[in-house]
Amino acid sequence: MKFTLSWLREHLETSASLEALTTTLSAIGIEVEGVEDRAAALAPFRIARVIEAVPHPNADRLRALRVDVGDGRELSVVCGAPNARTGMLGVAALPGAFIPGTGITLKAGEIRGVKSEAMMLSAREMGLGEDHSGIVELPADAPVGESYARWAGLDDPVIEIKVTPNRGDALSVRGVARDLAAAGLGTLRPWSAPAIVPAYDSPLRWRIEDPRACTWVLGRAVRGLRNGPSPRWLQDRLTAIGLRPISALVDVTNFFTFALGRPLHVFDVAKVTGDTLTMRMARPGESLLALNGRSYALTEEDGVIADAAGPEALGGIIGGEHSGCDETTTECFIECALFDPVRVALSGRRHGIVTDARARFERGIDPGLLRPGLEAATAMIVELCGGEASRISEAGAEPAWRREATLRFARVRELGGLELSPELCVARLERLGFTVTARDAARVTVAVPSWRNDIAAPLHLDQAPGLDPARAAAAAEGCAAVEAEHDLVEEVLRLGGLDAVPAVSLPRAAPVPPPALDAKQARAALARRVLAARGLLECVSYGFLERRLAALFGETPEGLRLENPIASDLDQMRPTPLASLALAAARNVARGLGDVALCEIGGGYRDTSPAGQLAIAAGLRAGRTPANWAAPARAVDAFDAKGDALAVLEALGVPMAALQVTADAPAHYHPGRSGVLRQGPKTVLARFGQLHPQLCRVLDLPEETVGFEIFLDAVPEPKRRRKAAAEMPPFQPIRRDFAFLVDASVPAEKLLRAAQGAERGLIAEVALFDRYAGERLPEGKVSLAIEVTLQPRERTLTDAEIEAVAQKIVAAVAKATGGVLRG
Amino acid sequence: MSDDLAALAARTEADLAAAADLRALEAVRVAVLGKSGALTGLLKGLGALPAEERKARGAALNALKAELEAAIEARRAVLEAAALEARLAAERADMTLPPRPFAPGGKGGIHPISRTMEELTAIFGAMGFRVVEGPDVESDWYNFAALNIPDHHPARQDQDTFYLPGEIEGHRAVLRTQTSPLQIRTMLAASPPLRIIAPGRTYRADHDATHSPMFHQVEGLVIEQGITLGHLKGCLTDFLRAFFGIADLPVRFRSSYFPFTEPSMEVDIGWNRRTGELGAGSDWLEILGSGMVHPRVLANCGLDPRVWQGFAFGMGIERITMLKHGMADLRPFFEGDLRWLSHYAASPLAPASLHEGV
Repeated sequence: MKFTLSWLREHLETSASLEALTTTLSAIGIEVEGVEDRAAALAPFRIARVIEAVPHPNADRLRALRVDVGDGRELSVVCGAPNARTGMLGVAALPGAFIPGTGITLKAGEIRGVKSEAMMLSAREMGLGEDHSGIVELPADAPVGESYARWAGLDDPVIEIKVTPNRGDALSVRGVARDLAAAGLGTLRPWSAPAIVPAYDSPLRWRIEDPRACTWVLGRAVRGLRNGPSPRWLQDRLTAIGLRPISALVDVTNFFTFALGRPLHVFDVAKVTGDTLTMRMARPGESLLALNGRSYALTEEDGVIADAAGPEALGGIIGGEHSGCDETTTECFIECALFDPVRVALSGRRHGIVTDARARFERGIDPGLLRPGLEAATAMIVELCGGEASRISEAGAEPAWRREATLRFARVRELGGLELSPELCVARLERLGFTVTARDAARVTVAVPSWRNDIAAPLHLDQAPGLDPARAAAAAEGCAAVEAEHDLVEEVLRLGGLDAVPAVSLPRAAPVPPPALDAKQARAALARRVLAARGLLECVSYGFLERRLAALFGETPEGLRLENPIASDLDQMRPTPLASLALAAARNVARGLGDVALCEIGGGYRDTSPAGQLAIAAGLRAGRTPANWAAPARAVDAFDAKGDALAVLEALGVPMAALQVTADAPAHYHPGRSGVLRQGPKTVLARFGQLHPQLCRVLDLPEETVGFEIFLDAVPEPKRRRKAAAEMPPFQPIRRDFAFLVDASVPAEKLLRAAQGAERGLIAEVALFDRYAGERLPEGKVSLAIEVTLQPRERTLTDAEIEAVAQKIVAAVAKATGGVLRG
Repeated sequence: MSDDLAALAARTEADLAAAADLRALEAVRVAVLGKSGALTGLLKGLGALPAEERKARGAALNALKAELEAAIEARRAVLEAAALEARLAAERADMTLPPRPFAPGGKGGIHPISRTMEELTAIFGAMGFRVVEGPDVESDWYNFAALNIPDHHPARQDQDTFYLPGEIEGHRAVLRTQTSPLQIRTMLAASPPLRIIAPGRTYRADHDATHSPMFHQVEGLVIEQGITLGHLKGCLTDFLRAFFGIADLPVRFRSSYFPFTEPSMEVDIGWNRRTGELGAGSDWLEILGSGMVHPRVLANCGLDPRVWQGFAFGMGIERITMLKHGMADLRPFFEGDLRWLSHYAASPLAPASLHEGV
């Protein structure tokens, strides 16, 4: 909301500076978003008189002026304006002044032999509009030498505030003035509505058909009026705060919306059908052509004001075009009503209508201001438009708004952390309009003023289902007991500024704090570090992406499709972060950055339940490894992805020996170059592999693109067992190499396991050091060569014993894989 | 269809069925539709026909052409699928082979958002907070109603919410607009005293230079007996000074309003608007919102506000990250551009820790 400083001063008597006022407003909860001081740019411009204007001796189009700028000097000015003439009054700038319209700083000079010691200004040069047809002409009584801005009333700063949703009362100049006065920045000037002497019976009456539409409404007519433009002061005031003056009647309603926070509406009596205005809910099929020129299809949940012809206004939100006032209006009917904040908020949101009336009604209107507001508006209409007022027509009744709240003084310290004297607490509340109804040494009970709908409001809870009933009831009772007191503590504290509350560091809960992360969170942090250490750059991507692309990576259930996506390519919760990484990789490839190594730890979504939102550590590599003389660059392959996945699982404490690889990775992987890492037959810990060539084609990724997904939720928490003592036998290990010829279809893992298990007590390690398939071998066969490390524990092994172990290894491999030792 | 055309159709279909690979298919296509293909020849011959026959014959030829083209494409799809399948089968590799014993090389790193979360964890962890996490897809009870934001509340409009079809536990499914639902989840799951922070992803239907439809927030909650607004100020001042590494960083508290706290306040830090330098200059920068937990929020979670009180706060992780590192633009955070990532990434070997300095 915007208002001008002079408007504020009508309600607030204060000697405080603009800066003190705005700083205080921000501190007490009415945030100042900006101050526009139009006078600052106009400060150097003075009213000046042209003593004489004669043609320039050396230029046809210029004039030579002698100008009085009010400081006793007579300045020579060269001016090209066609209207510059002897005796006129205008606005002058002296050297050193910045001219907003031209962007230059004025210097004294000489133009074709005539000195120019000042400049006469057009409106555009002052930054006040587009008029550049000539210099500004002022009336003959304008005081020469005076600041132009002050004389023109442009020295009135405009203050813009952001009012929080709880403070309907602060959406008015008077409400702001009241808060400032309560904060000690002046006194609130008294205000009361003038008394109206009615001259006739209202031609329209109110009827409340449905109390949901309205609970209380007043109205009165004014006849014999002329609805022309409103006077200059009113137009200026509305223009300054960004409103367009329309006509006197409409401008008056806008004036009171901002001055008092009291929205009003005026009907043209001649355009109302019948003699009754009815507050009711809209009926199916009804619509309203609103004052903003748009038509709205109403629902049965919208409260309307209707005449015999149908809805004429959407209650508390916007009036109708048909019955609105214009220059032909001679009799108007002023509506001053109380609408339900919730209904106004929901209707306004349903139809997407944002109006000043709605902003106030949905925050809550002062129920004590209906009658004074109507009287004041009537008086101003009669003053500006003439005519005489009717008696008041009324329906419904004033709602029961009177409430009390109690503050225990000790709570200011216990909750607010600030020691404040009871006197100060009470004084602050009284300055806000609270009235003391009871007080003792420990507490004060106050009556809440009608405009503070936010204090001691009716209790509304939405307690968790499944709470123990006794516990829920105690909590609700406790809330009812302390909520209003919280409200008062806040009022008392904010008026003094929260900077007054001393900051206190949190007491230590324990001398050494426990770990901040639980085991699962710590695992995610470790996974992130392992992947980054392996050369992957971590990304953070949106959780949603285009459904068509999401579908390439898994299921895209309807329940995970956004109803209101911000763009059609961001509409589906992703099945896996790998999808986001693939898109990021494709963007990099398109920029010529073809060697990509990315990872992300984030959500993969199966359904909307908490268990259906998986924590997945995904990674993607594309292109080639870095160029290096010692390790030549090569295309990345599925084993790089497997290596990444295994490194994470190993770091997370998964026993590597227990892992199995199965060949059933989902469809976004290459079916022959991917695998699933399992712990036992059921638990899927990860999957990895080359991405499917068709998917790469669709996404414009190179075929050498590999990826992995680790399901962090599935990784079992490692058992916190104390480690066994390290085994360090004094005997040297012995290494023996074997090469087996096996069917190409035999998984290497099978052979390695067989060898490892051949003599558990002695075989410490089995490493695959060669895999060969080629023309020297029979069709369909491969050679797998392993190095077996034997670790004697009790004594050095004899050759015969070593040979026996070797036989066992050969036999075990033969049994498990059908492989034979190569000659 | 005249006999010659029927014969051509039958012959082509037989040829197509016999074409065993894409090369054979191409040969069939050329023989029929190529420059000197059978059907092409017939089409060329149309001009020689009398005008009255030409029309009917032309229509028949074109119909046949469309039919054969469709048949060829259908066969092509089958053969391509077969070729791909054959290729994939041929490319099959033994995935049980152990990977290389070293990483492929290249420099990795940790995203600035993760880094900031680590720093938050280190600093708040030292003050006795633990980290809690929760789902991105939430019910609007956790996201709004339990936090004293009923359906009609104007605050719901300030947070442009993404909706999903369907319900969660009888409430509308939304993408959480804040990590404040973790306040509720925590109070329902554990008993006070509580000190938690909840860093995580949040979503709002808003996209421009300074807003992203997904961003990160950290929510904080302290529920203990005897906790006052003075502790809130102390805790947040201690955090901000530690996080930005400025021991005398000016911190200002302004009264404000949030539905789930009362009294509520916004917190500003001192900076120089022109240079962006923190802790210097005479300007203020709004950085987070906070307040004493609203009695209704406590009661909604079954805590008696006569017994328990505390404070809560929330701040944007991107915002404090950008301020700390002097980053100007929000958008690259989520684009995954290698150049930006490698420039701003943190080293995995230097995790945030108080003893080494955050």
